Amino acid sequence: MSFARLISRIEGPQTLGRGPAFWGGFAVVLAAAYGYPLLADGYTVGNTAYFLTWTFMALGLCLIWGYGGVLSFGQTAFFGMAGYGYGVLTLNFGEAYGFTLLALVLAVAAAALLAVVLGYFLFFGRISGVFLGIVTLSVTLVFERFMAQTAGPEWRIGAARLNGFNGMSGMPPLTVPWFGGDIVLFPDVALYYVLLTLLLVVYLALRILVNSRFGNVLVAIRENPERAEMLGYDIRRYQLGAFVIGAALAGLSGVLYTSWGQYITPSSMGITAAALPIIWVAVGGRSDLTATLVGTLAILALFQALTIHGSQYALVVMGALLVVTVLAAPEGIVTALLKLPGRFGRRSAVRAITEAEG
Amino acid sequence: MDVLGAVAASLFQFGDTFAFLVLSASGLAIIFGMMGVINLAHGEFIMCGAYVTVLASRAGLPLPAAILAGALAAGLAGMVVERLVVRHLYSRPLDTIVATWGISLIASQGTLILMGSTMQGVGTPLGSLEVGGYHYSGYRLVLIAVALALLLALYLFFNRTRFGVLARATIQVPHMAEALGVDTRRVYSLTFGLGAALAGLTGGLYAPTMTMVPTMGATFIVEAFVTVVVGGADVFLGTAPAAAVLGVVKAGLTAGYGQLFGQIGLLVAVIGFIRMLPKGISGFILRERA
Repeated sequence: MSFARLISRIEGPQTLGRGPAFWGGFAVVLAAAYGYPLLADGYTVGNTAYFLTWTFMALGLCLIWGYGGVLSFGQTAFFGMAGYGYGVLTLNFGEAYGFTLLALVLAVAAAALLAVVLGYFLFFGRISGVFLGIVTLSVTLVFERFMAQTAGPEWRIGAARLNGFNGMSGMPPLTVPWFGGDIVLFPDVALYYVLLTLLLVVYLALRILVNSRFGNVLVAIRENPERAEMLGYDIRRYQLGAFVIGAALAGLSGVLYTSWGQYITPSSMGITAAALPIIWVAVGGRSDLTATLVGTLAILALFQALTIHGSQYALVVMGALLVVTVLAAPEGIVTALLKLPGRFGRRSAVRAITEAEG
Repeated sequence: MDVLGAVAASLFQFGDTFAFLVLSASGLAIIFGMMGVINLAHGEFIMCGAYVTVLASRAGLPLPAAILAGALAAGLAGMVVERLVVRHLYSRPLDTIVATWGISLIASQGTLILMGSTMQGVGTPLGSLEVGGYHYSGYRLVLIAVALALLLALYLFFNRTRFGVLARATIQVPHMAEALGVDTRRVYSLTFGLGAALAGLTGGLYAPTMTMVPTMGATFIVEAFVTVVVGGADVFLGTAPAAAVLGVVKAGLTAGYGQLFGQIGLLVAVIGFIRMLPKGISGFILRERA
């Protein structure tokens, strides 16, 4: 397969950004991202790695909500499921022989399985729109409340105590077996490179996915479910598929977050935590992967900068940002900025047409 | 006597759960039925009502008046929110949910900043009474009566008053109601205010039984959500029967396995339930009729 054909599958009607200008800029940003640890100290790089752990959940939500039109407000349930799953597995079986990587896969699979079961009832019950949003949100809130009451010593899975409201801690970071000694991915430069590469792969894979036949059908369902169904597509399968992929990505974030900080608490699934991915994706621009990614990283940086002055104020600003975005830039702030050059051109074209007709 | 006592205790348990579900859900259901919008700031309107009730009560107002003040305050807050945000989004109901979630964040965090992480509450009035060897909280019996009275009042309001008729006309065919001279914007605004006021009433009613924290609204929303999901878009044909069915499930599980499993069982029951009746009980009843 030639390079040009690969590019043609990454580009398409469902994603913004195409042509040499975009990919040139993309290469520059990527080179800067790979070169950045050379200029910064290990702590700052580890902190940036923290931002990257969240991006997978955001991209997953972008796929479900932006492309699929499915309001999944409970992504943090999958995040928590996988985070706790990783904790339980590694606390029981340790980190030797690369087991942490297997634990990652198993924990993500557990999140995906939860999504299959939940999604079966929702999509095959033809729940849509508003109800789907509040059922998924209820699931994560009840999951949080369940985990918060597991403080007693009887709540343990093997050697792993669930620890109630304080959450689990002490699980090992991701460890890659390597010749001449394991590479332990502490929040440092090595973890940053692993996460950045993983993000690059996931981003490009999702671009291929949304521009494939699957992605086109998914967008068709979002635009008009009845029409898509009349054209012979089983919309339930497509939506379930997107839901499971998005849940697996949220689970991936959950595992990466848990291994990054070596802890996970029930509050990472609560209503505030569940609102944050919605804010990243809505403010960035839910109907485009690139806009979501840029928006997520920008808002995470803004949030952390504000948190220095008090996390309560930061959350008020986040809420206000969400309200303002919905009112003033419903397609997202980053998307609006990305479309700005094109919009002027189209507007003058529209004006020319109306003047010609008038 | 023992059997009678046990039956009475079960009935009380059921009535208590039923009242909690009806009161939690009615404000949410009215706004949903009217506009197809789920107000995610519902919990914060409940919190608002509870806080105002406690503040008014501590300032010397008798509790019933304080509860009404709480409902009024939440209703006014609801109308402000409608005017500033929700009104601009009627053509995009799904975006309204997201916007009200933002409002919910602002409200709960704003309360945390202004009022601190906890506030002294008021005690539960009316003590308890003993029947057949079981103790019952007098206040919870009052709550059951209030829930039933509220359902009756809402029924009369929507069926017997002029505003109720105009509101139902606006629900059914908005542009036709408008053509006949109904000020639909005012109807929407007042309905949203009514829904918020009912949330505030719920907060005020349960304030004496709860710890006053800015996130207290979250205690209600799961129950409110699932009741509206099961009930569908109609308060009388939906919310009330849904609360009755779910009340049995939850009260039974709570009696056997505790509060949390009552809630988990509730959610599982709901997910199974909507697999069979996606349009909720009211959708089922209305389709049977039609």
